[in-house]
Amino acid sequence: MNIRARLRTRRGDDFSLQVDLTLPGRGVTAIFGPSGCGKTTLLRAIAGLDPAVTGELRVGGETWQDAARRLPPHRRAVGYVFQEASLFPHLSVKANIEYGQKRIPLDQQRITVDDAVALLGLEKLLQRRPAQLSGGERQRVAIARALAVSPKILLMDEPLAALDLARKREIMPYLESLPRKLALPILYVSHSPGEVARLADEMVLLDNGRVHACGPTTEIFTRLDLPLAHGDKAAALIDAVVVAHDDRFALTALEFSGGRFLVSRKDLPIGHRARLRVIARDVSLTLERQRDTSILNIFDARIDALHREGASQMLVRLDVGGTALLSRITRKSCEALRLAPGKRVHAQVKTVALLA
Amino acid sequence: MPTPADLDALIVTLKLATLTTAILLLLGTPLAWWLAHSRWRFKALIEASIALPLVLPPTVLGFYLLMLLGAHGPAGRLMDTLGLEPLAFSFTGLVIGSVLYSLPFVVQPLQNAFAAIGPRPLEVAATLRAAPLDRFVTVVLPLARPGFVTATVLGFAHTVGEFGVVLMIGGNIPGETQVLSIAIYDHVEALEYGQAHWLSAGLLLFSFVLLLTVQGFNRRFSVLTP
Repeated sequence: MNIRARLRTRRGDDFSLQVDLTLPGRGVTAIFGPSGCGKTTLLRAIAGLDPAVTGELRVGGETWQDAARRLPPHRRAVGYVFQEASLFPHLSVKANIEYGQKRIPLDQQRITVDDAVALLGLEKLLQRRPAQLSGGERQRVAIARALAVSPKILLMDEPLAALDLARKREIMPYLESLPRKLALPILYVSHSPGEVARLADEMVLLDNGRVHACGPTTEIFTRLDLPLAHGDKAAALIDAVVVAHDDRFALTALEFSGGRFLVSRKDLPIGHRARLRVIARDVSLTLERQRDTSILNIFDARIDALHREGASQMLVRLDVGGTALLSRITRKSCEALRLAPGKRVHAQVKTVALLA
Repeated sequence: MPTPADLDALIVTLKLATLTTAILLLLGTPLAWWLAHSRWRFKALIEASIALPLVLPPTVLGFYLLMLLGAHGPAGRLMDTLGLEPLAFSFTGLVIGSVLYSLPFVVQPLQNAFAAIGPRPLEVAATLRAAPLDRFVTVVLPLARPGFVTATVLGFAHTVGEFGVVLMIGGNIPGETQVLSIAIYDHVEALEYGQAHWLSAGLLLFSFVLLLTVQGFNRRFSVLTP
């Protein structure tokens, strides 16, 4: 089952959304782009909240919209989490969560109210009123409420944007756990590379109402023709699996297609899938493999592409056993080492962050 | 002490106010909803017409209604051809006049309440599978409750206190179209100040208690409109 969306709509005279997308039927797909690029418009189009949308929309074998008909929003099996929690102020937390669940036929219920409550850790808040909740709690209730309708697709419109850093940290673990526990495609709108890096398997880059690029998050982050791979925060994302713990030195080993990373010991079970982030400026390149070095993570790599960054810097995209890494070095070093596409080098990774 | 005629006037007044308020809520709710959401470009014309009784002398409204509903008016002649009694100087005529006169007092609080809810709660309800009528009943009605309370009380109280329109099209038929405000006027005319005091003080107290109740009620539910 997947999602096929060929949609278009206009907003005023100067903005139009026009997309043609096939999205995976599970995992998190981020809709990413600057403000005003049409992320929310796309989400609303999928939910059926914008009556002016034309085109075609199929979700898991069901046609929600085509030339002949257009299902109204209440007939579409979506769960929608708005940027502001938008809880019903006249209903308790429990009644908010039950509101949608009561309105779907019994045979379509796959996620019960209890499931939704447990997934978001809301057991102790059920009798409260929305006015008695913190911002983070409210957003958790909103997510549980959207899940309790057993949606075929969960749409999340920047659910963290209205929250402060502490609240974001409070909710992030719940968001990370959702795709692991539910076989449900999630569309996650965000303009934060940090959130996307943590959560998204796939991403759609939206620019001025058009799809600029789409593909696996790890690939989009390292494509030199796209904006994410540039600037000071350019980083590669690597999906890896926890394979061993070293108790003597308190290290954890994570394996990916190009080798094995050692990081400070993390309390994760063997086999846990985790995502690592390696910032481009933390990767240096050598032609010979260094032996007398304190750096633990050194990988054989092949230069894939080079890109000049400003007057003095170069961005190098590396292929490490099928996984992309970025390295930012000076133009001077680049010339001294005679780096060129296809050349074999050794990538020394000074720091690596475990995201999730 | 109030006379039996005064009690009749009280009953007519309560009947009139209750019926008028009920009709106004039934008509005013869809009208206010439409006004709160329509982007029709001549909407301002409708809004101005509804608000007219706020600024127009009630006698003017009453006069035109009399012209319209009286035996020689267009509506009066229509009733005549249909073999019905003319509406002027009848309780039904009184209700029609009161509905028009009190319309803005019901429509405006409702319209404000509906507009204050905004589109978001309805969109949320739609994504939670609620059909349009379901959304209205389970989301709009509870959220607009303070607006409904205000509209009901203002519509009722305003009808109770009406004088000019009633005098024009209702006449002053005891037990049929004589209401409290006119009864008070009659007592004063007849220099029966004691009777006038009874009724006036009663109305004063009634209005005050009503407004106090509304305030208390709306404050208790203020959590609904954070």
